[in-house]
Amino acid sequence: MAGENPASTTEYIQHHLQNLVYGKLPAGFERETESGMEVLGADTWTMAYGASEAAAMGFWAIHVDSMGWSIGLGVLFCWVFRRAAVRATTGVPSGMLNFIEMIVEFVDGSVKDSFHGRNKMVAPLALTIFVWIFLMNLMDLLPVDLVPKLMGLAGVGYQKIVPSTDPNITMGMALGVFILMIYYNIKIKGTGFVKELTMHPFNHWAFIPINLFMELVGLLAKPFSLGLRLFGNMYAGEMIFILIAMMFAAGAGTGLVFGGLNAQFFGEDTDGVFWLVIFTLVCGVCWMNLKGKISTGKTVLLTLGLLTIGGGVFALGGGLMQWGWAIFHILVITLQAFIFMVLTIVYLSMAHEEDH
Amino acid sequence: MELVIIAAAIMLGLGALGAAIGMGLLGGKLIEGTARQPELGPMLQGKMFLLAGLIDAVPIIGVGIAMYLIFVVAPSVGA
Repeated sequence: MAGENPASTTEYIQHHLQNLVYGKLPAGFERETESGMEVLGADTWTMAYGASEAAAMGFWAIHVDSMGWSIGLGVLFCWVFRRAAVRATTGVPSGMLNFIEMIVEFVDGSVKDSFHGRNKMVAPLALTIFVWIFLMNLMDLLPVDLVPKLMGLAGVGYQKIVPSTDPNITMGMALGVFILMIYYNIKIKGTGFVKELTMHPFNHWAFIPINLFMELVGLLAKPFSLGLRLFGNMYAGEMIFILIAMMFAAGAGTGLVFGGLNAQFFGEDTDGVFWLVIFTLVCGVCWMNLKGKISTGKTVLLTLGLLTIGGGVFALGGGLMQWGWAIFHILVITLQAFIFMVLTIVYLSMAHEEDH
Repeated sequence: MELVIIAAAIMLGLGALGAAIGMGLLGGKLIEGTARQPELGPMLQGKMFLLAGLIDAVPIIGVGIAMYLIFVVAPSVGA
């Protein structure tokens, strides 16, 4: 995890960008195991260890972590909203119920603003897209090393917890929206859809090929930009979190006072447990201060002392940078979920408009 | 290796330049619009955030690719 060595830096980033893949390794693939190289006799369905095996799987592979986290978050969304819906009363709402009502009203308002057709499905769809994408993006705010490290201790080698940094997930959602667009275009307009594709900018039969080309490019660009925008934003955000985390680790490795301590205990690769202990101690000290057990002056001194043992001022700087980027990122994740929702509504609204 | 870094620098710089001009225009127009008709403020602000997100996407994606070039591609190409 040390930052000085470019090879290990690159490895650290690539390890973080690697999904947990389950798939079919083709027969004859040379697999690296603990006992040496092993050549597979037949096609094998297995978990991939590392990027090269994941690449060798080709099409027959599934990103277990992306699927697991996104479906899990979808279930969480359904459960929370159902719970609120069951409890809803005509009285004054409070707490969680109030919050859910706020979200529903917000989405309802957005749909009313930009959707002018008559369709019962658009508002629930918009709500699902907004909350689901928001929850998936929210995973970005968990510390980058936390879950992969814990999973690593439990024996799972790779883990990418933000499903929306996986292009398969974002493009899949965009594809879903695209299918709905096509469906409603055909259902509402019928042959008018063909007419729109062939007769649109230039209303003359001689221009049909040109019109068709332009309209098809415009149509296909919509799902592409929808999926890639979300993916690109989340990927870049995740990348910056990883880079700051790397600086944090590098700073700790060359910490000012007792930086060598963890190197002494754990060698070059600092163990996650060390950070967990320091983190728990600092949290404990702050908690004591909140409860009034120790004075603020002592709290500051104790915290600074713990931080110097844990790797000095660089570590603190790294933590502050993570925190700062996380706060900016709250804006980005909400905005991207909102944009995905609004664009879905707008595209479906365009599918419902007869002539323009 | 140097060219990879320069590519990343151009990517970051030009992306930031374009987005900054766009954001400046957008914010300026929002304030102009709200000063003219303050009652439209909330509606305009919502639309501004939507467009800000659309503008923001391009340079952020550029930043992501540039960071990937600097920290993953450049070390493996050079050293």
